[in-house]
Amino acid sequence: MSNHLIIAPIVLPLLVAALQLLVGEKRRRTVLALSVASCVVLVLLAAALMLAVAGDGALTAVYRIGDWPARFGIVLVADRLSALMVLLASVLALALLPYALGRWQHRGGHFQPLLQFLLMGLNGAFLTGDLFNLFVFFEVLLAASYGLALHGSGARRVSAGLHYIAVNLTASMLFLLGVSLIFGVTGTLNMAALAELIPHVPERTRALLHAGAAILGVAFLIKTAMWPLGFWLPRTYAAASPAVAAMFALMTKVGIYVLLRLSLLLFGDGAGPASSHFGSGWMLWGGVATVVAGTIGMLGARDLAKLAGYNVLISSGTLLGAIGLQLPAVTAGALAYLVISTLAIAAFFLVAGLLASDGDDDTDDSLSLEPYEQLGEASAGEGLYAKEDESRVVISAPIAMLGASFFACALLLAGLPPLSGFLAKFAMLAPMLEAGPRVGAIVLFTLIIVAGFCTVIAMCRAGIQIFWVEPERIFPKVRLVESASIAILLGLCLLLTVLAEAPLRYLRDTARQIHTPAAYIQQVLPAAEAQP
Amino acid sequence: MELVLAAAIGILAASGVWLLLRPRTFQVIIGLTLISYAVNLFIFSIGGLRTGADPVLRDAAGDIAQYADPLPQALVLTAIVIGFATTALFLVVLLTSRGLTGNDHVDGEDGTP
Repeated sequence: MSNHLIIAPIVLPLLVAALQLLVGEKRRRTVLALSVASCVVLVLLAAALMLAVAGDGALTAVYRIGDWPARFGIVLVADRLSALMVLLASVLALALLPYALGRWQHRGGHFQPLLQFLLMGLNGAFLTGDLFNLFVFFEVLLAASYGLALHGSGARRVSAGLHYIAVNLTASMLFLLGVSLIFGVTGTLNMAALAELIPHVPERTRALLHAGAAILGVAFLIKTAMWPLGFWLPRTYAAASPAVAAMFALMTKVGIYVLLRLSLLLFGDGAGPASSHFGSGWMLWGGVATVVAGTIGMLGARDLAKLAGYNVLISSGTLLGAIGLQLPAVTAGALAYLVISTLAIAAFFLVAGLLASDGDDDTDDSLSLEPYEQLGEASAGEGLYAKEDESRVVISAPIAMLGASFFACALLLAGLPPLSGFLAKFAMLAPMLEAGPRVGAIVLFTLIIVAGFCTVIAMCRAGIQIFWVEPERIFPKVRLVESASIAILLGLCLLLTVLAEAPLRYLRDTARQIHTPAAYIQQVLPAAEAQP
Repeated sequence: MELVLAAAIGILAASGVWLLLRPRTFQVIIGLTLISYAVNLFIFSIGGLRTGADPVLRDAAGDIAQYADPLPQALVLTAIVIGFATTALFLVVLLTSRGLTGNDHVDGEDGTP
């Protein structure tokens, strides 16, 4: 299959970002129009990609860059999992655009081009079928994320950004070490070729291969923020501007994606007795430790952004543990949880940002939800009285909107019915019980329930402190466009609650596909190309 | 030759890690640079060490075992470029942090005012 659909999600943001840099910061409307167009087209492309690979059986689309055979050149591979992740990234970016439009993009330079570069790196990392190419796309997305993390500047952001960059540069070095060790043992970096070679690696060098894979895994675990490698996360995410933090909610999931893909492809059942399920125990117990650390941190968090950051940790830990179990049914539920928790945490970062923005510097830029700016100059006096009347209303529209959003986020993150957070958690937890008595599964099951309960406690406490205080104490200024972002994200979660059947079926097929990597290997390396 | 290279990589990496854990931002960036040197040398060495061997087949004749593996050299080039760019970016952030906080501690505060 040699259509260019697979490379389009990588090339498009690159071109748009370059064009935006050429157009320049001054022409905001043009830059914004380019961003919106790019994100809309990306969503459509991702949907087309999803339809192309979601047919019957195990369909995988392979794109050989430069038409070199897969063993020599770099391949891009789209299967159900990568199509899902590309769609999630582009939908999230599109939903965030209105929020960034509000005020955040003017706080510093080049917000939109950086966002496009970040999308390019994300899509590339999801679609590539080559380990070194994965490193390159990781660096693209990290370089863009450094810029975004520092967006808006200020001492707190720069200090947090300094730690973030130092940690990630070190992780990149570990990435390179792992990749080169694996190359030294096997002589290839193509993921499918690696999966084919690993069962036949001589015993003499197998330990070296495992060491390489473990070092590579540590690099991804740092990005996933597994305990004790995740202390950088809450501070960085809390310091970043809300729109950026919401986009970063997906960044930890890139680590999860790579761990899921590589652990099942390289060290799945077909990897021989010595290598199969290598590292799964580490992921399971590391995930358990991360859930515990995230829960403790969340109960002690003193501001909303930190609370959201610790929710990212809990979500990472839950996913790591679920992947570590390596059961197809649990993986399907974990994928559902991945999608829902990403959307919900992104929405929560936005809500936290809006709530924190009261008393912030640029109040002239932000307006209340009521469209009183439509009143002309002549009715300025009336406007004054109208304002006075408003302050007597106990629950104003912005507070009602923010309160409802906060409540929805709490339900989604804690996994309570009736929203889709519950469905996702149920889809993940139910197969754990059916799997039979495994200590890891039982511990993880218990901890996820406890973490959900603690989320309820922490969110209740935060909600009471924010929304049930004296009305004079908070005056959140909310723009209509900013609430549109939150509405889109939460609306998607709601939609997934109502239409849960088709997505869950897709995810079950996805899990089955990634748990049987033989078809993937065969499609990337057709028999005609097999070595003589 | 192997022993010398291994020792060089080890010393670079060890010094880099030690500097990385120091509290001054300048020490951190020098540590990161040393670690990236060590990693680059490591990548370079995985193809096997040999002197005087061409990395690319100049004429098709000859045994492939006489040539050096070209792929690690390509990989190390990419790694050098990316490492250099990100280190330069880190340098900018370091200077910004110095300008904003007035000292060069990694946490932005010295403890000793």
